[in-house]
Amino acid sequence: MIPTTTVPGAATRTRRSGLNRPGFVTYGLLGAFLAGSVFPLWWSFLIGSHDSTVLARTPFPLLPGGNFLRNAATVIDQVPFWRATLNSIIVSTTVSLSVVLFATLAGFAFAKLRFLGRGPLLVFVVATMAVPTQLGVVPLFIVMARLGWTGELTAVIVPAMVTAFGVFWMTQYLRGTLPDELIEAARVDGASMIRTFWHVALPAARPAAAMLGLFTFVATWTNFFWPFIVLNAKNPTLTVALQQLQAAYFIDYSMVLAGATLATIPLLVLFVVAGRQLVSGIMQGAVKG
Amino acid sequence: MSTVTDAPTRTRGRRPDDDRPPRRIGLSQRLGTWDVKLSPYLYISPFFVLFAITGLFPLLYTAYVSMHDWDQIMGQGEFVGLEHFRFVLGHSDFWVSLRNTISIFLLSSVPQVLVAITLAALLDSNLRARTFWRMGVLLPYVVAPVAVSLIFSNLFADRFGLVNAALGLIGVEPIRWHSDPLASHVAIATMVNFRWTGYNALIFLAAMQAIPRDLYESAWIDGAGRVRQFFSITVPMLRPTIIFVAITSTIGGLQIFDEPRLFDQYGRGGAGSQWKTLTIYLYELGWTQSNFGRASAVAWLLFLVIVAFGLVNLAVTRRIADTR
Repeated sequence: MIPTTTVPGAATRTRRSGLNRPGFVTYGLLGAFLAGSVFPLWWSFLIGSHDSTVLARTPFPLLPGGNFLRNAATVIDQVPFWRATLNSIIVSTTVSLSVVLFATLAGFAFAKLRFLGRGPLLVFVVATMAVPTQLGVVPLFIVMARLGWTGELTAVIVPAMVTAFGVFWMTQYLRGTLPDELIEAARVDGASMIRTFWHVALPAARPAAAMLGLFTFVATWTNFFWPFIVLNAKNPTLTVALQQLQAAYFIDYSMVLAGATLATIPLLVLFVVAGRQLVSGIMQGAVKG
Repeated sequence: MSTVTDAPTRTRGRRPDDDRPPRRIGLSQRLGTWDVKLSPYLYISPFFVLFAITGLFPLLYTAYVSMHDWDQIMGQGEFVGLEHFRFVLGHSDFWVSLRNTISIFLLSSVPQVLVAITLAALLDSNLRARTFWRMGVLLPYVVAPVAVSLIFSNLFADRFGLVNAALGLIGVEPIRWHSDPLASHVAIATMVNFRWTGYNALIFLAAMQAIPRDLYESAWIDGAGRVRQFFSITVPMLRPTIIFVAITSTIGGLQIFDEPRLFDQYGRGGAGSQWKTLTIYLYELGWTQSNFGRASAVAWLLFLVIVAFGLVNLAVTRRIADTR
């Protein structure tokens, strides 16, 4: 699958007889969907703020109880919670920065520099997006074990340091926004390639780079399969620690869901701050890719 | 390479005060040429190097491992040919996992695409507080699948679960979400749909907004109502996007692991493998039983399943979008 269908991005705002506001059915359906999206999170907090006997009670209480902090304390006691949080921050930040840097470099080259094999190489990059590389876990694990990286964060960080999606995304963006004249001007002034990249391409790429960084951060933070395989109980990321919470003990749902809530809070904060960028990122990506 | 090593040699051979200015220019020009020629390859190399080492090589090497006895701790053993494939294909676990994987995949992808397109059509109307609604549908995307699974396995608990309690209110007998295969697939598919429907709706929304508006105007003049417009214009124009979403959800959906893994506390896909998926089976062989050979065989088989589904998917979505 090569998503190269470029549709003109001129999204008209008020299409179809612009003054018509939709009726209450539209708002009702959207509201219902929204409620369904929020409810599980509310439920998680609700159960996490009671004790586990609450589930056997009828009717269910619909307001939070006062036990959230106690449950949270149990979570922090049962698994290396702070370590896991720190690890998730380290891994997600490093991976995001690295993906942005390498993808922008490659995007700059693909979009703006001439070299032999540029077209086929870009097609190759895009084609790799359709390859389920997760299926190479066994040899990847063997490689990591050879390197002595199992249990280390490097094992999670290094394979994720640049993605085909990122390269494609930055190529598309720079192709459309960075004028050739700017690069030529920098070259005429005697700037080397890397200086041209650093002072011309990178600043121009900022909006797209920020979005790429955001999506990479979310994807890395929520990632489970590979960290679960290659890390261990003493040095987990948050998702791996959450799994331990459920697996290690007879299910105390209040404690488990307090943990799920705690692990979700950082991304909810990110969502409040940058949700708008995520929305426009998805929509731009859809139009471009 | 030779030109680079040339320069210093010549410098040494000549007297420094003879021809300093021309040599300097020559050298910097040459460096400049190399800068122009090599830099692009240097800039794209991180992707190719990393893909080769952590993507392509492991994938191909999986074939090699799958033909050997290979213990996680002891390492490589004897060459056994296709023995692991024979074992896996002869084992009911593989076929049950395949059935579960496909069932969960269908239950999540088909309704998800339908709901996402509908949702996109709703979002495409001239809403008040547009950004609020768009952000709202995206909220579940930032919740990790692991957390989603913990929450939903509680909601779908067999005893004391909210879903069963709600069903009880309308007189439905409690459903055994954690023991009936189909029910467990529905619960797991719900988790996937929860996280991805809004995301895909935004993709469809963007594609809808790129449809030229005069198409709708002429349809309007021809007397086509909104529903007719939706099926005769919107859906066909969304074809590339539908294919894109279908393909990406195939690749991800058939490798599903997080949600079924955390659906109960044992993580083995149910006492009777009711919701064991191929990736759980792969994990079990490789890391619970330390049998990397068999795990690799499963990985390759899953790879083939994904390729097959990708092709089928492409054909089906083409046809559906064509006949509209």
